[in-house]
Amino acid sequence: MYGYSERMLIVDLTSEKTKTEAISEAFCKKFLGGNGFSISLLYEHQKPGIDPLSPDNVLVFAVGPFCGTVIPTSAKYVVQAKSPLTGFQGKSVGSSFWSLAFRRAGYDALLIKGRAKKPTYLFIDDDIIEFRDAKELWGKDCWETDRIIRDTIGDDNVRVAAIGPAGENLVRFASIVSDHHHEDDGRTGMGAVMGSKQLKAVAVRGSKTVEVAKLNELLDLCREYYEKVIKGLTSTVMRELGTIGTGMEYLSNYATPIRNFQSTDPFKESTPTSEDIRKTSTEWMREQYIHKSSACASCPIGCDHIDFIRVGPYKGVAYKIEYQGLYALGTNCGIWYLPAIVKAGELCDTLGMDVISTGVVIAWAMECFEKGILTLKDTGGIDLTFGNHEALMEIILKIAHRGGLGDILAEGVKRASEKIGKGSEKFAMHSKGLEFPGFDVRGLKATALSFAVSTRGADHMSAAVFGPEIRGRINRFKFEKGQGKFVAEKENNLTLYDLLMTCRFSGDLWMNVYSDLAHLYTLVTGTPLSAEEMRNAGERVWNMEKAYNIREGWTRKDDSLPPRVFNDPIPDSDAKGSRLTKEEFDFMLDDYYAARGWTRDGMPTKKKLIELELNDVAKEVGV
Amino acid sequence: MQRKFVVSDSEKCIGCQICEHVCSAVKEGGFNPLLSRIRTVRIEPAFNISMSCRLCEDPTCVKSCPRKALSRDEKTGIIILNEEKCNGCAWCIETCEFGAITLHPVKKTIIVCDLCDGDPKCLPYCPTEALSLKTPEEISQKTRKKAITTLVKGISE
Repeated sequence: MYGYSERMLIVDLTSEKTKTEAISEAFCKKFLGGNGFSISLLYEHQKPGIDPLSPDNVLVFAVGPFCGTVIPTSAKYVVQAKSPLTGFQGKSVGSSFWSLAFRRAGYDALLIKGRAKKPTYLFIDDDIIEFRDAKELWGKDCWETDRIIRDTIGDDNVRVAAIGPAGENLVRFASIVSDHHHEDDGRTGMGAVMGSKQLKAVAVRGSKTVEVAKLNELLDLCREYYEKVIKGLTSTVMRELGTIGTGMEYLSNYATPIRNFQSTDPFKESTPTSEDIRKTSTEWMREQYIHKSSACASCPIGCDHIDFIRVGPYKGVAYKIEYQGLYALGTNCGIWYLPAIVKAGELCDTLGMDVISTGVVIAWAMECFEKGILTLKDTGGIDLTFGNHEALMEIILKIAHRGGLGDILAEGVKRASEKIGKGSEKFAMHSKGLEFPGFDVRGLKATALSFAVSTRGADHMSAAVFGPEIRGRINRFKFEKGQGKFVAEKENNLTLYDLLMTCRFSGDLWMNVYSDLAHLYTLVTGTPLSAEEMRNAGERVWNMEKAYNIREGWTRKDDSLPPRVFNDPIPDSDAKGSRLTKEEFDFMLDDYYAARGWTRDGMPTKKKLIELELNDVAKEVGV
Repeated sequence: MQRKFVVSDSEKCIGCQICEHVCSAVKEGGFNPLLSRIRTVRIEPAFNISMSCRLCEDPTCVKSCPRKALSRDEKTGIIILNEEKCNGCAWCIETCEFGAITLHPVKKTIIVCDLCDGDPKCLPYCPTEALSLKTPEEISQKTRKKAITTLVKGISE
């Protein structure tokens, strides 16, 4: 079947044995690829109840059917395992060139089991798999590791997905970084899972040709999509300004958290003036710094914007900053000095840590410091006052190397606040143990629901309903019946992107997402699939992830939000006074579970699971 | 008439590799950069460019081929390969200053841009319009214009 290599590679690090297994056509049609493959394989190969950082965890990499073609934004890949941060399914979507090399090596998925006896890296050279000694690489950062491996092999066609010191030191929110700095999403601690296996990197070289069923039709259609982008009819903001372009809209609409969710009004902050706020726009950065766009493979948009810092204490830094970085390492830590935010982002990426989790756990520590819960003695002399960017750099390094207070912060905000106590749990911003992305959900109620019910913890990518809320398509301050269905449908929709492994930023390209993607799928695979089947595949995989979580002990109380969301109304701005009540939140969950066809306890019914062709899962977890 | 060849504007190029994929699809029926006549180069953190045959006036590849398998079309300047004579020794690959020649991984003979009969298929697919078919005169015109615009701006300020 075109679109798939129809085989997976299984690697056992303990015994240093590898094997390939066939992936059936039926499996391909049912789960489509990417996230669909990874969650199914994880469910099958990993026993429930294991310690995520033990050799029993299974780390799955998977690509989608569009990978290696010219379909816009098709260079994504997914990494999935049990999360050391949440204890539920952990997942991170990466992008760029690693996925294409892996696909051309002739695989759809890679399963990594066991634990290497010594630091090791894997070299997948088409059909030849080597376990290589990583002694010299241990301790090196992600970018250095990438460069050294490519130099050692002597071929730039080799692509590397690596962990940095954070992954080695089992920082629970460590990320995996591929192709220098083009992996953006490092959520749920997949880098720590890799570190626990003593696996420093997965290097891949693939030489096979990717063929499709209807080549000429596919080329013509993709050219139409590129032309839409060229003419500025779509994706203009992403192309011109990157995620910071949309970020400015969030900041000026009182949706961006400031100082660990203690404010939403940038104009009232004592440090920044309106001039500073203007400076957080990419337009300003463009004027001020040399500026260059870069793209992942097969992407006509190119949302990466590289900023070169030419003056000041961070002179010489060249890195992209995204909205989530601007929030987590910037506004949320009370920092408005852009070169510092860019530098902090670069540090997180080279050390291999999730930007969002890092920023949120530091902002929490800063509030502890402000309230006297943590003192200079606890921080080892680091002055963790909001806005101190020098302290930000110091504490980021401490976390990656688990030095002093960094050792506690490296556990994530949930565990750190439980350890420090003294009421600090009340402002630890996480759901299921995953730190909050940059949206103040007290004034974005559908987003609040999506953060609570997401299968991987507080997740802005699972439903991404903040856009319609901020733009007023739905009432952001009052949750109305039916919004549960709205969130559920958006989840099904966005899950499909992770099955086909296309970027969420391609959203503007499609007139009708299901039929357009179904058409592309048919051109690639030669197998007709309807828009309806596309939608159902998204719902199927969402339920599969839910079933995985239930097997790990999920109950309704796990779909939770932190106390601050209920106890502390937004203190300022146009969103002043907004918060959630317990009754309102219960109503939201009821509305959502009903829309999903689950019980009031949030359990998928046997009927629903069988309807989604998940018969074995229905037997195991269905009620 | 001056020769034309595919040039890439590094200020516009975002390194997406779409040109490589389109080239291999058109010429070889599938997606694979190793089969492409145009190749991208990325130098971190942010330099991107595509490179292909520049149709040199006095090409080193033609001169260096020990088997005389390569020749230059007098009218268009395209490098023509006599597949019968090529044994894949890669000497031309070594001598080309632009890395514009590659070895076909299956056929084991060399591949080089032939401008698709004067209508390069990669061009209309470039999503940033970084690729164009230009003569050396057109390239220098563009450079002159850019230089003088910068200078005039400098003077007026």
